[in-house]
Amino acid sequence: MNPKRVFEMVRKEFRQIFRDPRLRGVIFVAPMIQLLAFGYAVSTDVRNVATLVVDHDRSRASREMVEAFTASGYFRVLGYAERPADIVRALDHGDAVLGIVIPPGFERGENSRVQLLFDGTNSNLANVARGYAERIVLSQANLPPPQVDLRSRAWFNPALESRDYNVPAVIGALLMLICLLLTSLAVVREREMGTLEQLLVSPLRPGELILGKSLPFALIGLVDMGLVVMVALLWFRIPFRGNPLLLILGTVLFLFSALGLGLLISSISNTQQEAFMSAFLVFLPAILLSGFMFPVSSMPRGFQALTLLNPLRHYLEIVRALFLKGAGVEALWMQLLALLGMGIGLLWLASRRFRDD
Amino acid sequence: MSPTRLLAIARKELLQLRRDTRSLILAFLLPVLLLVLFGYAISWDVRNIRTAVLDGDRSARSRELIDAFRASGYFTFVDNLERPDEIGNLFDRGTVQVALVIPAGFAADLSAGRTASVQAIVDGSDANTATIVLAYSEAIVRTWSSRVQLQGATARGLPITAESRVWYNEELASRNMIVPGLVAVIMMIIAAMLTSLTIAREWERGTMEQLAATPVSRVEVVLGKLLPYLGIGLADVVVCSVLGVVLFDVPFRGSAVLLMAFSFLFLTGALGLGMFISVVAKSQVVATQVAMVVTFLPAFLLSGFMFAIEVMPAPLRAVSLLIPARYFLVVTRGIFLKGIGIEVLRTQALLMVAFAVAGLGLAVLRFRKELG
Repeated sequence: MNPKRVFEMVRKEFRQIFRDPRLRGVIFVAPMIQLLAFGYAVSTDVRNVATLVVDHDRSRASREMVEAFTASGYFRVLGYAERPADIVRALDHGDAVLGIVIPPGFERGENSRVQLLFDGTNSNLANVARGYAERIVLSQANLPPPQVDLRSRAWFNPALESRDYNVPAVIGALLMLICLLLTSLAVVREREMGTLEQLLVSPLRPGELILGKSLPFALIGLVDMGLVVMVALLWFRIPFRGNPLLLILGTVLFLFSALGLGLLISSISNTQQEAFMSAFLVFLPAILLSGFMFPVSSMPRGFQALTLLNPLRHYLEIVRALFLKGAGVEALWMQLLALLGMGIGLLWLASRRFRDD
Repeated sequence: MSPTRLLAIARKELLQLRRDTRSLILAFLLPVLLLVLFGYAISWDVRNIRTAVLDGDRSARSRELIDAFRASGYFTFVDNLERPDEIGNLFDRGTVQVALVIPAGFAADLSAGRTASVQAIVDGSDANTATIVLAYSEAIVRTWSSRVQLQGATARGLPITAESRVWYNEELASRNMIVPGLVAVIMMIIAAMLTSLTIAREWERGTMEQLAATPVSRVEVVLGKLLPYLGIGLADVVVCSVLGVVLFDVPFRGSAVLLMAFSFLFLTGALGLGMFISVVAKSQVVATQVAMVVTFLPAFLLSGFMFAIEVMPAPLRAVSLLIPARYFLVVTRGIFLKGIGIEVLRTQALLMVAFAVAGLGLAVLRFRKELG
C-alpha cells in the first residue's frame, strides 16, 4: 500500500464531491434538516390531548374534575358539548382524541362512573393518555391514602424527556444514511461513466482504491457527526456524560461497517439507480430494527437475535450510553468489538468483490 | 396532446422498468417487507420488561407483591439483587430496565397499619418505555394496595370509578395505527425513489437528446412517465391493504372505492412532486437526496404516521400543515379504522385534488426539453 497514491485518490474524490454545489448542500445541509426534524418530531411524550367534555351534572364536583384535567397539562379541554353524540362526531372527524362524560348525580354520589372515550387510532398516544386520565379521575375520589405507596425514580433522565433519548440516536441514523448512500453511489458512478476502467489501469491497487474511495466519506461522516453533536449539545441541550474519545472511537468503528456496506452494495450494482434502491432496501430495515424508534426489547426473540447483525443497533447503544449514562469502556466493549468485527468483515468482502471485477 | 404518443412514452418507461429488476423488487417487495416488520417485529407495546428485585424484607407479603408484578405479564424477572449499588452496573450494561426495591420492615409496616413504601427505579434513558413501565408499576401497586386494605376494612360506599372505552382500535395495537399509515408512506417512497430518478437519469445518460428529437410534448412526457408508477402505486395500495387485513387483522370499516379514489389523487400529486424534483436536480445523486428530504422523510416523521403532531413544537406543527401525507393519513386511518365516508372527508378531498393539480402542474411547467 502506497500512502501517496491513496492520498491522491482521496484528493480526487474530494474535488469531485465539492465541485457540485448541490451535492455540497446535500452533505452538510440535509443532515441539519434531518436532525431538526427528527429531534423535534420523534417524540412520544403526551401533551395537549384534545378533549371534549359532556357534563350532565354541572356541579362543583364536575367542574373540579374538568379543571384537574386542564391543570395536569396532558389534556387541552376544547370545550363542552351537550350530547354524547357530539363526542362521536368529534372523534370521527379527529377533532378530539378524548371525550369525558360526567353522569348526572355525580356530585351527590348517585352515579360516580365517569366515562372516558378514546380515539385509539394512535395507539401509543391513546395508551399513555388513558393512564393519565384514569389517574386524574381517581385522584378526585376521596379515597383514604393507599397503604402501599410506590416511589418511582428515573435514573439518567429524571424528567423522562424522550428527546434526550432520541437525538443522540439521530447521529447514528444520519451517519448510516449518508455513508451508505454516498459510498454506494460514488463507485457506481465511476462505473456508469466509464471512468472506473481508467482507475483500474492506473497503478492503484484494489485495497488503495477502496481506501481512497471510502476515506473521504469517512471524513465527511466524522465532520457530520461533529456538526450533529454540536447541535445536539448547544441547541437541544442534551447532556453528554461520557468520554468524547470513546464517541470518536465508536464512530470510526461504525463508519467501517457503514462504508463497507456501501461499497459492497456498489460492487453488486451496475447503475446508480440499482445502487440507490439497494441502499434503501438495506437502510430501512436497518433503521427499524436498530432500536432507534422501536425498542429492541419489545421485539420477538427471533428478531432480537437478528438485530445483533445490525451495526446500527450496536452503535446506538454506544451513543446513548455515552450521552445519557456516561458509561465507560467496561460497559461498552462488547458493542465496540462487534462493530470492529463487522467492519473488518464487510470491508474485506467488498475488497474481494472488487478484485474479482 | 396525443393519446398514442402518451401511451408510447408510458410503454417505453414500462419496458425500462421491467428490465430493471431492482426497482421492481423495491416497488413490490418493500411494501411487504415493511408490513412484516411493522406487523410482527416492531411495536411500542411494552412487554417483557427486564426487572431486577431487591427484596430486603423476604416476607410472605413482599413475595405476594412480587407475584402481582409477575402475574401482570408485563414484567420478566431476570435478577435478584443483594445490595442497591448493584443497580447502577446493571443499568449501565442495559441488562435491566427497572429495579423493584422492597425495604426491610415492609410486612411489619403493613400489619401495623402504617404506610409501607416500595421503590421502582427505572432506567429513564428510553423515556417512552420508562413512562409506560412506571405507569404499569403504579397500577399494579395500587391494585394490590387496595386489596390489602379491603382485606382489613369493610368495603366503603361508591368510590369514583373511571370507565375507559377505546374506539376504533379497541386493543390499542400499534399495528392498527401503522398499517393504514404505511399505505401513505409506501406511496411517498415510490414517488421519491422511482420517479425522482426518471428524468435525472435521462439527462445523465444523454438519452434526453433522443427524447427531445421526438415530437412528444412535455405534457405527454410527464404524464407518460407517470402512468406506470401510478399503476405500481395503486397495486401497492391493494397489496398493502389486503395483507394488512388478512395477515394482521387490521379492521377495514370504510369503503374500498373511496380509498382507491383518494389514493389515486394522492399518488398523482406525489409522483408529480417526485418528477419535479427529478427535473430540477438533474443528477441522480442529488435527486435521490432531495427526494428523501422532501417526500419520504416528512411523510415518515411529520405526518402523524408514528409520532403525534399535537406534541410537536409550534413551528414544526406549522410545517406539518404543508405535508400532503398528513391529510392523506387522516383519510386512510379514517377509512380503515373509523369507517367514515366522504361527508366527513370533504376538506381532505379538496386538498388532495389541489395536491394532485399542483404536483402535476409543477412537473409539467418546470420540464424543458431544450438541451443545456
